[in-house]
Amino acid sequence: MCLAVPGKIEKIKDNVGVVDFNGVKREVRLDLVDVKIGDYVIVHTGFAIEKMDEKDALESLDIWKELLKAEEDY
Amino acid sequence: MERTTQGRGGLLVNLYRDRSVSDTLIQKISKISKNLDEIKICHVCGTHEHVITHYGIRALLPENVQVVSGPGCPVCVTTQGEIEAAVNIAERGAIVTTYGDMIRVPSRRSLSDAKASGLDIRLVYSINDSINLALSNPAKKVVHFAIGFETTCPTTAVAVLNSPDNFYVLSAHRVVPPAMDLLLSSGKINLSGFIDPGHVSTIIGIKPYEPISKKFKIPQVICGFEPNDILIGIYLLLKQINEKRAEVENEYVRGVRAEGNLKAQILMDKVFEPCDIRWRGFPVIPKSGLALKKEYSNKDAYKEFNIITEDIPEEKECSCPEVLRAEISPRECPLFGNICTPQNPKGPCMVSREGACYISFKYEKSFR
Ligand code: SF4
Repeated sequence: MCLAVPGKIEKIKDNVGVVDFNGVKREVRLDLVDVKIGDYVIVHTGFAIEKMDEKDALESLDIWKELLKAEEDY
Repeated sequence: MERTTQGRGGLLVNLYRDRSVSDTLIQKISKISKNLDEIKICHVCGTHEHVITHYGIRALLPENVQVVSGPGCPVCVTTQGEIEAAVNIAERGAIVTTYGDMIRVPSRRSLSDAKASGLDIRLVYSINDSINLALSNPAKKVVHFAIGFETTCPTTAVAVLNSPDNFYVLSAHRVVPPAMDLLLSSGKINLSGFIDPGHVSTIIGIKPYEPISKKFKIPQVICGFEPNDILIGIYLLLKQINEKRAEVENEYVRGVRAEGNLKAQILMDKVFEPCDIRWRGFPVIPKSGLALKKEYSNKDAYKEFNIITEDIPEEKECSCPEVLRAEISPRECPLFGNICTPQNPKGPCMVSREGACYISFKYEKSFR
């Protein structure tokens, strides 16, 4: 039920967007987010519930890099 | 496996599944766990259970680190009384819509039996489909049996505020943190940490979990849905335990802001108010349900159809209550895999694709 998948917004008309999920396109309601064409969103039961932006993804990548430093030890 | 940060369509997905990253994480987990006693980590999300079981993560962990599944499947925690309320409404001539596997949950009077007997019960992918159904059937009442945690509640709030007069909501929505509090208060299972649900957290952010860490001195990490997200989450939890910290950390930065989705929270607060509600396998959990506020009673199916939910006792043979309370694993249920299978489910945990029994049956083949 809480499954949600990321996709890219291709078109927006009022509160409905067309979102591309790796080639599969679906209409998605945008009432819960502030987005523009080209943004990535997380979609749950037909609604975008959050924007997934590159910066956040890369920040999370920093945590990764830190984690993967082999020297860090216990 | 390919290791790449390219391909935005996959949103770095390869890296989150990269085997060499997993290996490093497993090494780190096994090293840190040597300092620790028995560790029991609980998650409360059906999609997490899916990832953990699908990728065989439990088998990769050291012997003293156990991951158990809690009440993370909205279909599973919905009570028979609520299912019967939906059937009652359909009997009075309304079109009843609901999500996914809810229809197949066995019950004293299940939705699938009601549907087979000719009542108009329909499966929808989105509450938006129910609104469209109401628009195209103006002479009918359309009632959406709204299940789901915080991830789904805001979509129902949008529907309450933007739908025709013949559209109603039967709210079976529940919120997760009070159930986590209850799991710990019950003292029945000794938990060392929580993997917090990613997309619930997308909506509510970090704050609602903080009182739990404070009250029970328990660490929590919000996790994403790729195997390495889970492994990082486990590592961060072990690190907190080792350092005697009890904080809420966010591993799923790409999908969860610290403050959550404020727009969604405002809509939820506008439409819903907390109510006490029983969960399958649990007693009444204070303030764990969401009822429509008085201002929206014209949308409330409980009011429109005068429904009082009956407290129907759970089936004795089915161990779903124990599974949902993280007291036993699905395979410890005597019915698992012989009497109870996805083709012939005896409880909701074997029906729902987010139910622990279904997931174990489907992916842990060696245990069949
Ligand atoms: S195996 Fe079937 S009967 Fe046993 S707990 Fe799971 S769903 Fe319930």
